Amino acid sequence: MAATSETAHAVPSSIFDWDFIFGHANYWLFIVLMMTGLYIVVARGNLVKKIVGLNIFQVAVFMLYISIGKVTGGTAPIFPLDMQVDPDVAYSNPLPHVLILTAIVVGVATTSLGLALIVRIREEFDTIEEDELLVIERKMTAADNREHGPAMGGRA
Amino acid sequence: MEHHLILRVVTKLLASTIILFALYVQFHGDYSPGGGFQAGVIMAAAFILYGLIFGLDTVQRVFPPKFVHRLLAFGLLIYLVTGILSLLLGFNYLDYNAFDPQHPSHGQHLGILAVEFGVGVTVTGVMVAIYYAFAGRSPPVDDEDW
Amino acid sequence: MIVTIIDLVLFCMLVMTALVIVQTRHLFAVVMLSGVFSLLTALLFVTLDAVDVAFTEAAVGAGISTVLMLGTIALTARRENKPTRSGILPFFVVLVTGAALIYGTLDMPNFGDPNAPAQVHVAPEYLTNSIHEIDIPNVVTAILASYRGYDTLGEVAVVFTAGIGVLLLISGLGKGREDMKDD
Repeated sequence: MAATSETAHAVPSSIFDWDFIFGHANYWLFIVLMMTGLYIVVARGNLVKKIVGLNIFQVAVFMLYISIGKVTGGTAPIFPLDMQVDPDVAYSNPLPHVLILTAIVVGVATTSLGLALIVRIREEFDTIEEDELLVIERKMTAADNREHGPAMGGRA
Repeated sequence: MEHHLILRVVTKLLASTIILFALYVQFHGDYSPGGGFQAGVIMAAAFILYGLIFGLDTVQRVFPPKFVHRLLAFGLLIYLVTGILSLLLGFNYLDYNAFDPQHPSHGQHLGILAVEFGVGVTVTGVMVAIYYAFAGRSPPVDDEDW
Repeated sequence: MIVTIIDLVLFCMLVMTALVIVQTRHLFAVVMLSGVFSLLTALLFVTLDAVDVAFTEAAVGAGISTVLMLGTIALTARRENKPTRSGILPFFVVLVTGAALIYGTLDMPNFGDPNAPAQVHVAPEYLTNSIHEIDIPNVVTAILASYRGYDTLGEVAVVFTAGIGVLLLISGLGKGREDMKDD
């Protein structure tokens, strides 16, 4: 069982198997893109920048899906108007297109929800930098502790 | 934006063309790339462009916020009702064969048209409503800071 | 071959745009770059045969989301502060995650392989059956509205909910709640 699954994988014969590299460079670039987005999200403190990073991450996932659906020599999955479909024509996989098409619109709707939250945060705390927000939050917790701490049994 | 004459003239020409294009994308989505999601976004883009150039008040006279808020629920309702109609006709939920059992593909065409229309209406509504919400807040910093 | 090269060149441009976005601290420039990023994405989708997706991305990414982000930075701040912490730990985390993901791709079929698992299961069924079952030329629309109608219904509901959320957060529709807060 293990042997058959081993042979099914396209394991490269050497490091410089051009066929393998060309066939996978696409995936590697999308991972670089995704990690760029992730880096912005974790390393940058500005909330708007974080949303942009999240968008980059999201686009990288879309790319992965669409790349999986691509067929070499294929064309867009739209038939001729008279519906006389030539069986020799290869069409790319339409299913990922459907999933990603809806995901893009849902993505912008949820992004705007995030942006709306940022606008409210700025109005409430007058900053959109993560570090400053953390300081404010600590101060608020400390104030809460001082006010309600004894009533909560010394620890809140 | 009072003094941007070129922007104002071009916008007047473009806005109606964009709306026409959105309708084309909406109803030609069966035959070419397009459909409710794209049409909704393009339709919203026309109103957003108009709002950016002529101001929020002008565009809200054309497309009042109250109406937009109704619209955004109405589209989802069209979608749901299409499904319930097929249910009432004795078929599965969202099985469009119900609309023309003799020619199932005709029924499919009708169902897809209705559903895509619902999608388009909701997406237009949501995008315009979001734009109104953002544009309706007064900025805390003035334009000199750019 | 030529498609693969165009694809790789566009992808490299995309990655470069993303790297510039990391560097830039002027938020206006960041938003404009994210518009550029979206247009490049749309081009890439066209070369990958996903014309419907490209259409959506061009309309959404370059149009609506740019306007919304501009609206947000107009309401918040123009510049990002200098990062206070060092970026070494996040970089290390990202490096490890990326390496794990690349290890995962080694088992994947080649890009564009017509015999890949994704290509031989349900996709040919949609492509052959939709000709007589749905009878419309655009297979993407056929799947979107008919075969996967439930899926799309859910997506529309999500878009609707997100819209309601934005309205409640910042449009003043939640005014009644605001008054109650000042008790």
